[in-house]
Amino acid sequence: MTSAAQKANNDVVPGSNSDDEQQYLTFIMAGEEYGVDILAVQEIRGWEATTVVPNAPDYIKGVINLRGTIVPIMDLRSRFNLERVEYSPVTVVIILKVETERGERVMGIVVDAVSDVHSISDSDTRNSPELIEDLNTEFIRSLVSVDDNMIILLDVQRLLTIDKKILNIADELTADNESND
Amino acid sequence: MSIDLSQFHQVFFEESFEGLDIMESSLLALDLTEVDAETINSIFRAAHSIKGGAGTFGFMQVSGFTHVVETLLDEIRSGDRDIKQEHVDLFLICVDCLRGLLSDLQAHTEPDMAQADELKAKFEAILAGTEAETENSAETNAVGSASDTPDQTETAGQSADSDVKGWKIEFIPCEDVLCTGNEPYRMFRELQDLAEAESGGSMKVVPHLEKLPEFSEMHPEMCYLSWTIFVYADIELSDIEEIFEWVVDDCDIRYERLTDAGQASDQISDQISDQASDVVVANNEIQVEDKPTEINAELAEIEAEKEVVAETPAAAITSATETEQTAEVESEKIPTKAAKSPTKAAENTSIRVSIDKIDGLINMVGELVITQSMLGQLGQEFDMDRVQRLQEGLGQLEQNTRELQESVMKIRMLPISFAFSRFPRLVRDLSKQLDKEVDLVMIGENTELDKTVMEKIGDPLVHLVRNSLDHGLENAEERTANGKSSNGTITLNAYHHGGNIVIEVKDDGAGLNKERIRNKAIEKGLVSEDETLSDAQVYDLIFQAGFSTADVVSDVSGRGVGMDVVRRNIAELNGSIEVTSKTGEGSTFSIRLPLTLAILDGQLVKVGEEVYIFPLVSIVESIQLEKSMLNNITGNQFVMQLRDDYIPILCLQDVFNTGAEKKDLEGAMLVVVEGDNEKVGIVVDELLGQQQVVIKSLEQNYQKVDSISGATILGDGTVALIVDVSGLNNKPLEKNSDDQTQAA
Amino acid sequence: MATILAVDDSASMRQMVTFTLKGAGYDVEEACDGSEALGIAKTKKFDLVLSDVNMPVMDGIQFVTELRKLGEYKFVPVLMLTTESAGDKKMAGKKAGATGWIVKPFNPEQLLNTIKKVLG
Repeated sequence: MTSAAQKANNDVVPGSNSDDEQQYLTFIMAGEEYGVDILAVQEIRGWEATTVVPNAPDYIKGVINLRGTIVPIMDLRSRFNLERVEYSPVTVVIILKVETERGERVMGIVVDAVSDVHSISDSDTRNSPELIEDLNTEFIRSLVSVDDNMIILLDVQRLLTIDKKILNIADELTADNESND
Repeated sequence: MSIDLSQFHQVFFEESFEGLDIMESSLLALDLTEVDAETINSIFRAAHSIKGGAGTFGFMQVSGFTHVVETLLDEIRSGDRDIKQEHVDLFLICVDCLRGLLSDLQAHTEPDMAQADELKAKFEAILAGTEAETENSAETNAVGSASDTPDQTETAGQSADSDVKGWKIEFIPCEDVLCTGNEPYRMFRELQDLAEAESGGSMKVVPHLEKLPEFSEMHPEMCYLSWTIFVYADIELSDIEEIFEWVVDDCDIRYERLTDAGQASDQISDQISDQASDVVVANNEIQVEDKPTEINAELAEIEAEKEVVAETPAAAITSATETEQTAEVESEKIPTKAAKSPTKAAENTSIRVSIDKIDGLINMVGELVITQSMLGQLGQEFDMDRVQRLQEGLGQLEQNTRELQESVMKIRMLPISFAFSRFPRLVRDLSKQLDKEVDLVMIGENTELDKTVMEKIGDPLVHLVRNSLDHGLENAEERTANGKSSNGTITLNAYHHGGNIVIEVKDDGAGLNKERIRNKAIEKGLVSEDETLSDAQVYDLIFQAGFSTADVVSDVSGRGVGMDVVRRNIAELNGSIEVTSKTGEGSTFSIRLPLTLAILDGQLVKVGEEVYIFPLVSIVESIQLEKSMLNNITGNQFVMQLRDDYIPILCLQDVFNTGAEKKDLEGAMLVVVEGDNEKVGIVVDELLGQQQVVIKSLEQNYQKVDSISGATILGDGTVALIVDVSGLNNKPLEKNSDDQTQAA
Repeated sequence: MATILAVDDSASMRQMVTFTLKGAGYDVEEACDGSEALGIAKTKKFDLVLSDVNMPVMDGIQFVTELRKLGEYKFVPVLMLTTESAGDKKMAGKKAGATGWIVKPFNPEQLLNTIKKVLG
């Protein structure tokens, strides 16, 4: 595999190679490979200290100054209820942007490492099985197989929505889990 | 080629709205006992411009409506009619109506002409009152012009003869025709184009040099020539007349029909008999019926003929009006085309800036560039003994930047007169409605403030003025009974103070009724019966939600949703409002607003590892706590006595849930802040410096955070959050219960 | 190409006139009242002057009167833009020395036709 991070940071031609193909940037988290629409990726940065925002959800580490704009940084492991890790020099922050009714919104997500850029066509993707009743399914658009690896494609819009409703579900699930244990 | 006129619409709307404002303020300023001609003129011009523009850009309904308004104004300005109060009232209603029509058109919706038509009828009725007069004057004008210029064109009746083979035109220009910029050759050229446009048409021009004087006596600027022009083409006389339209009064022009091809009737017969014979030809039927062929009758015909003559210029105009009518039909289609969802009338997103401000800005930038290049050069060949120069350069840079910043902020600033301008009308209408005599005084209209702030302060100001008028001011009887002048006064005063603008709304009415307010507050459960409140605290109660002491909910105010909204709106602008009052003498509402929304003077504080910023305007004082100053109220809630007040103590780390250890209040740093007229003492770890910070939005990419009003970027590039002081004030009560559970 | 001075206190009218005339290749300068126009005329010679009648500071009639006093403008065509269909206003313009008039409202084509006829 080519140096994915380099490739992603350099001039990646946006858009598709064929009609239903889209390009995705993939990254690794807790051994799994996830992908986001490359058009939503604004840039990739290393981790830097954030300013804490009071009374924010756990997965919001804080905000940073991105060339004059205040951008919140989300810890994706935390968002997915995965085990936390220490940040290291190779910890990567992917800055994503989405269009909302209020305008453009920019947010960074902390991931373990960036993986690659893939061209994936819609027809190859499969829906995530309904059986898994988990918070995470909210963010999952579909699954796809590339070179025998499963990549979980994420819905960036949902991901960047700090929804109180989702917070409540998280609370419920955590409570459930705890009582089950 | 066809030009899309819609590109000019926005400018037309903007200038029309401005014109309407001028009309309104001029009408209000009119002293009917001593009418100022210039004021009337400016009102007329405003209406005239709107009518002209509306016509030009296809808004025929507006044009038609404004026409009657303008007509009445024209009568007034030319002295044909005296202006009366009812006219002024009617004109003011028209201004409102036009505002509505233009707003509709601007939003691409069909304007509702109902009110306009009603007003139009009223105007027409007024104008009809002297219709006889104007008709007479029109007639006398027509007759007058006919007799003044005996060399008027003669018409041969337009549709009488379809056998026209051409025309013979005698064109004798006045000597100074050239001095009006008219050029006979130009007219001949036009005539030739007209003739040759007909198949087989042609033209012949014969000059007459008889009048040409000796060379030595010739004035080169004078026209001594005359011409006979033969037009061999079947063209309408009206088309020819149009070509000579501009010079017809200065020149002698006679037309003769050519009945046979090439044959010209060379008679230059006596004008009157010519006219009479033409009248006979034209008015065949009428003539046979009624009139005997007597001189008297002929003279009567000639009189009629003179009117026909006077109407000829009208013929030229009919072609113009015809185009107008077709334009009307076309343009009426435009409003109904708005199939798309009607957009709200676009908020004015442009700003007028004086050239001086721009020039100042250009100068600043120039200086900045110089400083930058100086520093750049320094940086290239730097060594330690140049440190001093570096520091000087940096100092220069700081000054340049500061001046530039001030200059740029000033660009967004406009005089508050824009916000005040609506009040004369408002006060006038309201005082009529409430049957009170009110004078409005406006001071400091030139005081400048940020455009956006000004737009948002408009509604709160209106509410305050309405409130003062409705509840504050007594009616004339009551006032005189109390030894006051029968006219109440509302004063709007704006001035700069510190880094803020202060706007006062003052009335000399009855003042706030402490008892009533207090009782109402008790009724609403805001205050307990036995609670003692200072006057200031009582007055402040009116800003609570749902508060209204008005006995009757009037249309004007008193619905009880006002004052709290006013305060909230002002708080959103990072401002504050308070009220002072004296029973029997009146009340004063003072609004304090920052001069700009983007920049804040801040006090940096440290809480744990994080830096927070307090707006400097909100800080009352900072003190180091000693436990002895504190009183324990319930469990963990502390208050401190600060002169007359007991203020609650809050630990910022608790508000922000930093998870830090409980703070020992002995020796702690306390910042006393005030928001919404409530004081709170905030415990922080350390006071850092003060600096001006640029306010950045936290909401844009994140969301609204309680007690945080925004963020900023510090000199080291890190983000610091700005504390929302009024948001904090709501905290103490909540925090109480939390603290107790935590402590447990 | 010919130069034209357009005088009108209405910005939208000025814009429309300027756009129309420039589009046809003329050089156009604007003034918002007679006084400003007079100032410009004194520094530069135009081939044609278009002027509104009702303007603040100095109206069209006064402007033409003053303009004609300038030697260079004795024979320059001056057209009044008037909404007055009443004859007396047109006469006032003529008396002041105007060449002729264009009746408002007019559309760009009418304006260009008249200008072309006058300037040739």
